[in-house]
Amino acid sequence: MSRKSSLTMLAMAAASATVLAACGQAGQNDDGGGGDAGGDGTTELTMWTHSAGNEAELAVYEQIIADFNASQDQYEVVMESFPQGAYNDAIVAGAAAGDLPCLLDMDGPIVPNWAWAGYIQPLGISDEIIDSLLPTAVGRYQDEVYSAGYWDAALSVFARESVLTENGIRVPTVDEPWTVDEFDAALVTLQDAGYATPLDIGAEDTGEWWPYAYSPMLQSAGGDLIDRDTFLTADGALNGPEAVEFFDWFQSLFERGLASDSGTIGNEEFNNDEVALSYTGVWNAMDSLDAVGDDLLILPPPDFGEGPKIGGASWQWGISDSCDAADGAREYLEFSFKPEYIAQFADNQVVIPATAEAEELSEMFGEGDPLQPFVELSQEFAVERPPTPAYPVISSVFERAAKDIMNGADVQSTLDDAVQEIDTNIQSNDGYGF
Amino acid sequence: MAIPTQQVAPQSLPGSPPPSRRRRRGAAAARGGSRSAYAMVAPAAFLLVLFLVIPVLLAFGLSFTNARLISPNPPRFVGLDNFVRAFTSDPTFVRSFINTFVFAAVVVPVQAALALFMAILVNQKLRGVTWFRVIFFVPVVTSIVVISILWDFMYQGDGLINSMIDTLTFGAFQGTDWLGNPSTALGAIIVLSIWQAVGFHMIIWLSGLQTIPEELYEAARMDGANAWQQFKDVTWPGLRSTMVFILVTITIAALGLFVQIDVMTQGGPRNATTTLVFHAVRKGYREQETGYGAAISLIFFVIVLVIALVQRFLTREKD
Repeated sequence: MSRKSSLTMLAMAAASATVLAACGQAGQNDDGGGGDAGGDGTTELTMWTHSAGNEAELAVYEQIIADFNASQDQYEVVMESFPQGAYNDAIVAGAAAGDLPCLLDMDGPIVPNWAWAGYIQPLGISDEIIDSLLPTAVGRYQDEVYSAGYWDAALSVFARESVLTENGIRVPTVDEPWTVDEFDAALVTLQDAGYATPLDIGAEDTGEWWPYAYSPMLQSAGGDLIDRDTFLTADGALNGPEAVEFFDWFQSLFERGLASDSGTIGNEEFNNDEVALSYTGVWNAMDSLDAVGDDLLILPPPDFGEGPKIGGASWQWGISDSCDAADGAREYLEFSFKPEYIAQFADNQVVIPATAEAEELSEMFGEGDPLQPFVELSQEFAVERPPTPAYPVISSVFERAAKDIMNGADVQSTLDDAVQEIDTNIQSNDGYGF
Repeated sequence: MAIPTQQVAPQSLPGSPPPSRRRRRGAAAARGGSRSAYAMVAPAAFLLVLFLVIPVLLAFGLSFTNARLISPNPPRFVGLDNFVRAFTSDPTFVRSFINTFVFAAVVVPVQAALALFMAILVNQKLRGVTWFRVIFFVPVVTSIVVISILWDFMYQGDGLINSMIDTLTFGAFQGTDWLGNPSTALGAIIVLSIWQAVGFHMIIWLSGLQTIPEELYEAARMDGANAWQQFKDVTWPGLRSTMVFILVTITIAALGLFVQIDVMTQGGPRNATTTLVFHAVRKGYREQETGYGAAISLIFFVIVLVIALVQRFLTREKD
């Protein structure tokens, strides 16, 4: 026994020594707020991305950085990548410690929150670049541009043409999308035709997916996450009659077995023909194209009354407020918005390029290319999530309320509770500056 | 949340070192001894102050403000607003409160009794009994995150549990989606939590059992006591201090339920599994309301403290 416990002690001592050593190492490698003078007279620009593990995306960054570093000798960009799950925590912790990098990327809807908190500064890159980008690839707060991205994503309904024709279901178009009644009837028909769960709506996913995927549907029905005139209350928007009607339908999808929250995240069920329709994003399109071929249809989501809507805004780049070499960071960003880089991002990751020029260079999104419908969906239907610093709370509350409704909670009272929670938060923050 | 464990555990651990009896040492030696005692306690004391005392004091201060994790505005003193909000206008908090106590009320007796039963079983002098001890102990040394993910799969509508039910009852019973059904989700988490932690308490009971001298059993047998009488009059009184320790540690661990919830249900469905600690983390960190999160933590801290004190009082040595 005593030998065992002394072994345990030894192991613990070794473990803590390792941890301490690692901390010391981390401390040494830490480049502070970025913009430290390097050994050979160049200024170092630190850069954080959320893309660890995403080889396709990192490869493009590495190339841009190599090209940029070689093109001039004043600045040297150094990239550090984090896994997406831990990225926002890293930023918040870095900001609390006064230790943010010069360049950082962020998910579109969080931009107002970080701008309000003073993490990031107005972007200040040339207007020519900003104007050429898709509107949803630019992050604004209080009429000031804080971030810009190389791409956007888009959601659509995937279907097989043969399946729709066999069951006598009309193929919708951008000009004439399915109404919600038509969509509902189609799902019932498909269920009768043998698909146990005809629609993969993605409900097994968690986190930001929920507001990203379902709040545009709510907007299409006439509701919203918050009253966008004042940004001070969600009352009437999130719990009004339109919202209740939409969520009644949403709940009934699960009650009637037309959709479910089990299954795997991604588009496997559609590719294996286990579901007939799939509400999913452009990033899954290549795999489905490989699996289904010419039979694949990329359809607009249904119209709940105010026309189809899909979520806009993906990952974008900004400059931290504490950056000592903001001019260098701007120079790098302006350099990086070249059409060939944007096209490369788009093709490598299967996302929509943010400029028209890059679209033509792209092998997938140009005129006549197979994924071109996504460009049209994004241009026609994309809406942004509410640009308010309250967004992280709205997102979390919305996800919980929608999940409760999916699980059979009373719609009106759940939405009323959600509104109360959002409003309490806004009040305790003195209106977030609105 | 681990705070109270560390405060209570050392006091109730059986076999703490007896106070020194060498009073007749020289004064200089005593001073030298106390100096080295301070030196030895310093690292632990430093870390405790840094990671325990200071955060508790900070939480106490923050809970009376509207401090935010991210905000350009300085925190403002808001008095008891956060506490009033918790009890009057936050239904999720009330639900968390109830769930936490239901969980503890089931887990504490069931887990303690099951662990004692298993400890008595593996205390037999049989061949291969070490294997059973190891097997019962394996879940304890497995990461709770891993266990939660595995059980998450097993609990699914078409998961292992339901196909077992289906096979065993020849299709007469259909299981539900255990974690997706508000009326079964908390029960499902209780079962998995007991399964995971029972091995640890089995080992504690076992160590208690092995401190009871064999002579007492011999004497009892000579007096003609049967197995139940031996347990009631020899084993159980001999396990008293172990029982106190187990009671206190299970209670505190049960009240601090967090990881299983965070991994498996995120408090859902319909708040059926939200707990106080989970709610504090969600409010204080994910929704960035540090002040309100601190208030919930403080409420939790007071509750745990009161319960631990009541348990100490009820199980005190009566002389």
